[in-house]
Amino acid sequence: MNEIAQGVQEAMGLIFAGDPEIFEIVGLSLFVSTLSVAISTAMGIPLGVLLGTHQFRGKGIIVRITYTFMSLPPVIAGLFVFLILMRRGPLGHLQLNYTPTAMIIAQVCLVTPIIMGLTYNLVKEKAPTIRRLAITLGAQGSSVLWLMIYEMRVGLTTALVSGFGRAISEVGAVMIVGGNIKGKTRVMTTYITELKTMGDYSRAIAVGIILLIIAFLITTVLYNFQERESR
Amino acid sequence: MKKKVFAVFLVLVMVLAFGACAPSEVPQEEPEVLGTVILATTTSTKDSGLLDYILDDFTAATGWEVDVISVGSGEAMAMGENGEADVLLVHSPAAEKAFVEAGHADEAGRVLVMYNDFVVIGSMEDPAGVLANAGADAKGAFQAIYENEVTFISRGDNSGTHAKEKSVWTALSLEPAGEWYVEAAAGMGAVIQMANEKLGYTLADRATWYANRDSTDLQIVCEKDPSGVLNNQYACICVNPEKNAFIKVEGAKAFQEWIVSKEAQALIAEFGVEEFGAPLFTPNAE
Repeated sequence: MNEIAQGVQEAMGLIFAGDPEIFEIVGLSLFVSTLSVAISTAMGIPLGVLLGTHQFRGKGIIVRITYTFMSLPPVIAGLFVFLILMRRGPLGHLQLNYTPTAMIIAQVCLVTPIIMGLTYNLVKEKAPTIRRLAITLGAQGSSVLWLMIYEMRVGLTTALVSGFGRAISEVGAVMIVGGNIKGKTRVMTTYITELKTMGDYSRAIAVGIILLIIAFLITTVLYNFQERESR
Repeated sequence: MKKKVFAVFLVLVMVLAFGACAPSEVPQEEPEVLGTVILATTTSTKDSGLLDYILDDFTAATGWEVDVISVGSGEAMAMGENGEADVLLVHSPAAEKAFVEAGHADEAGRVLVMYNDFVVIGSMEDPAGVLANAGADAKGAFQAIYENEVTFISRGDNSGTHAKEKSVWTALSLEPAGEWYVEAAAGMGAVIQMANEKLGYTLADRATWYANRDSTDLQIVCEKDPSGVLNNQYACICVNPEKNAFIKVEGAKAFQEWIVSKEAQALIAEFGVEEFGAPLFTPNAE
């Protein structure tokens, strides 16, 4: 109990004192996760829309694979990306392991299926109505796609936030490909893990609280957006 | 209003994100930086705080930056064998000699850096009576734990500490197994914390024990065995540069030469004196 109280106290200290190391770690967490989600969105939403609006052979298996990858354990994604990027691996010449770039690649592998799967579900449910509306309004080709994305923006935001939640909270993948290097690839989750193994519980709690505050801020933004849009 | 909140939030994200990546993505800011070497090392050198304490001086002295990957000695040597690391700082003498003999090291081989010692730690109750009966006799301590079947947390991760632990069991011709023998497959700090939670015994290096001491209710039950069975020697090995084209030969060499230099050895000798009242490692480069 004492540890928790001390942690809360220390968290306040860290946040308000502007500890540069903490800011750097929080900043890198946000940077890696935001960029991962942006890349995953650029791939996941179009793929999800295509999957939801087209019928083709083998669609069932693709949907099932997507669903499976939605619950891909981060350590597997991390291991896979690590093996591809290791010096002896197929992309070893890029020397990307233990860099933020590798962390982003691993997180893209985790987040893209989530955004794609959730988009697919949304499209499957809403596409027929929206498409009819679009065609009635005289839209054609790619403008139908844009109209669909626009009409589903509230649901898609939820998909993005689910993806972001996954990215910012996972530790398995970024630990493997990032290596938790101080000042370089250390993010909030790997830092908490390290603090725990070093027995520094109060600081671990402090970083955990900062992580939760960020999650809360993001949820607040989403909530406001949804409230406004669905009015 | 809501747009404003969103905008403020976005700006916040941007500032934090760019603030974070600016120093790491643009190492060229300091012109003297020659590159980055990957140092694969044991958990004890990092968890004890030693590397944080000395590495800035290394970078200042040589212009090389170090990425520390902290794993068990076994995994560190596997990384060396695969050419995934440039230089190793490990403490598993038998495995290190095999590593050098197999041609995974460069011509300098295994260079001694420093030593400290292992301690057997356990709960205050000391249910196996190690403190009273075994004293400084490490084998006696292991024997008592084995006979009483009291929880013992083994690193179980092929680390140097794990190798040392296994060598003691082997010397006693004992094969620990059963409910009481927990193979954690975790780093030293994590295992100490686990021993604390399970009120068990474990073998720890003194440096990590000191760093974790205050957050546990454990005590040393056996230390300073006069036979030297608890000695813990650290060595630095440069990975054979023929492994692949990406190994930073000069950086690895610079690290090896620096860590045995007078300045580095002096830093090692003073580390921990202020916080713990005694040095955590004793330099012994030749």
